[in-house]
Amino acid sequence: MHFDFDDDQRAFRDAIRGILAAECPPEVVRAAYEGDRTRADRAWRALADAGTLGLLAPESTDGLALGMVDAVMLFEEAGRSALPAPFVDTVAVAVPLLAELDAARVAPIIAGGAACAALDADALLAYPAACDVALLGRGDALYAVPHPAEHCAPQTSVDRATPLAVPPDDPDAAWLVAQGPHVSDALDAAFDRGAVGTAAVLVGLAQRMLDMTAEYAKVRTQFGRPIGGFQSVKHMLADAYTAIAFARPCVARAALAIDDDEPDAILHVSTAKALASDAADRTAKLCLQAHGAIGYTTEYDLHLYMKRAWVDARRYGDAAWHRARAAELLLDGDALPARTDRLA
Amino acid sequence: MDLTLSDSERAFRDELRDWLAEHVPHTPLPSGDTREGFAAHLQWERTLADARYSVVSWPEEYGGRGAGLVEWLIFEEEYWRAGAPNRVTQNGIFLLAPTLFEYGTDEQKHRILPAMARAEYLWAQAWSEPNAGSDLASLTSRAERVDGGWKVNGQKTWCTRGAFCDGVFGLFRSDPEQARHRGLTYLMVDLHADGVTVRPVERLDGDEGFAEVFFEDVFVPDRDVIGEPHRGWYVAMATASSERGLSLRSPGRFIATADRLMALYRERGHLAADPGVRARIVDAWMRAQAYNAFTWQTVTRMRAGHDLGAAASANKVFWSELDVALHDAALELLGPLGALDEGAPDAVDDGAWMRGFEFALAGPIYAGTNQIQRNVVAERVLGLPRK
Repeated sequence: MHFDFDDDQRAFRDAIRGILAAECPPEVVRAAYEGDRTRADRAWRALADAGTLGLLAPESTDGLALGMVDAVMLFEEAGRSALPAPFVDTVAVAVPLLAELDAARVAPIIAGGAACAALDADALLAYPAACDVALLGRGDALYAVPHPAEHCAPQTSVDRATPLAVPPDDPDAAWLVAQGPHVSDALDAAFDRGAVGTAAVLVGLAQRMLDMTAEYAKVRTQFGRPIGGFQSVKHMLADAYTAIAFARPCVARAALAIDDDEPDAILHVSTAKALASDAADRTAKLCLQAHGAIGYTTEYDLHLYMKRAWVDARRYGDAAWHRARAAELLLDGDALPARTDRLA
Repeated sequence: MDLTLSDSERAFRDELRDWLAEHVPHTPLPSGDTREGFAAHLQWERTLADARYSVVSWPEEYGGRGAGLVEWLIFEEEYWRAGAPNRVTQNGIFLLAPTLFEYGTDEQKHRILPAMARAEYLWAQAWSEPNAGSDLASLTSRAERVDGGWKVNGQKTWCTRGAFCDGVFGLFRSDPEQARHRGLTYLMVDLHADGVTVRPVERLDGDEGFAEVFFEDVFVPDRDVIGEPHRGWYVAMATASSERGLSLRSPGRFIATADRLMALYRERGHLAADPGVRARIVDAWMRAQAYNAFTWQTVTRMRAGHDLGAAASANKVFWSELDVALHDAALELLGPLGALDEGAPDAVDDGAWMRGFEFALAGPIYAGTNQIQRNVVAERVLGLPRK
């Protein structure tokens, strides 16, 4: 039994953390929020050069053939930096999905392209204008929409750094990639990878908000002392810490369940996304409250991470959706789900 | 990452599972916090000890199996899943023994541990005093140096099962010149000694196992001092994080409770007034899974030589609130029947959920209140100033 990341995984994580620290500091997120994606695109290029886009692609398509356990560490880093780009959609959803269904499409993406995905009819596309292709899941069919910005209806996202759009209702037949029962299964698996990847991003976002807030609470003084010395502030931040600390191993657990193709992986996935969404939502509220009015401005950076968390908490199923999905399995099936999370 | 068990861990689990299936009482024992129930639990503890299952993680010479952390997790998971009785030996095994392993003399270990493992001598903690709860360092019970030992005076309170136990362990002010954490000595005191008075106190759930203990010129021999005199605080705290962190509440307990909660929903969910109860049940179930995953991560890191450190305080907050949430959800499912206590003719599961709820409510209080734990997280993990 070894339930932790290994040294290689940590080394890869540290390398990506270094790249993101250099290429995606808060001013890059802020610029994207204000509509200038120049440096966000440069950060994307750096991640592509580091080989991250092909993390989950097989070697036959020039990928690294690694797993979700490796990937979630990097997604958490992307969250910590609030990377304004479709990292999870590209790496965890689109590339492995296309590798399975139409491998010829993979190489241009992992060379530095970008993809977004809406795997069910209700999902929104994120960053359509930054993507070469948008993947649409419709029933048992997968479509690939070229130049997605031209074919979808742009919306105004609460996080201006993450543009959102409604995909076309009736995908053009020419966009069809594959259809059939195997496509349904592939879409379900891709959705779960997206959920776990997004859960990892949310853990990173929450950790960043907490780190910022703890630092602020040490230096902001009121009544002649740092506000972090007041128990009410301490307890808020301790609650945020606890929520994050317990969501994080759920993400790793779900990633492992996917990599090992465990029969009850879906329950681990829903646990991870529900707890990570809740942790990020709770952390955002607590950190805003601890900051006071300064946090309520767009001049201060907190809102960049908070709004990203609001968007990502709702992608690939929000907490309520994942609890409802798990409830059907846990409470409505014929038998208790066998041995989830037992040492066996 | 790899969650598969080794061959020896698997063999340990299979043997244990078979043993539990054969030996766990078919009907639940009466509460171990009543006099009648305590006797039944002692019987059970001796059955466990005969099979060397009472203290699996201890070395064999003291009655254990020298089991590692993973086997300990397996033990807990199988034990609670089998519906086996609560452990009346808990305080000694999980609070006193770790301190003895670290600071006890060989004589102390050989005298005390085997009898603890066999439930022949039962231990209660005696930390709190009427005026020293969360602020434990303000305690005033004192130990005066006398020939061959210490003369103890004062009062301890909230001693779990103290009314039925043989001895208590706790801190006493031995050097009145020193303040707060200094000048305290860690003593084990025999409750049968002259000058000891034990007064049972009825707990929230009606059991009388709680006790306050009065000491009037009680002689405690030197051999019952743990660690250096006047350094008792540091002796006691060295193993406190194991209480908050791992050993006190294993994930197996909560996984088992979460499974029972789901079974309860399958029986009675159609009667629930509020469909929102489903989300609360699933949320509690998910948090039990989270506690499990967190614990595996902790065990992996401990095996690599790391210490949970102050993060153990977050762990204590999490499991204690999880336990309350599991019972909240169950009681919501029971509706008006949730108010029925043990013995009521129409009580579901003989009132076990209300009893469990009352017990769960103690969790955020004992082993350091959750307010104190949150302070520890904020100050020692997040680096916020003490004042």
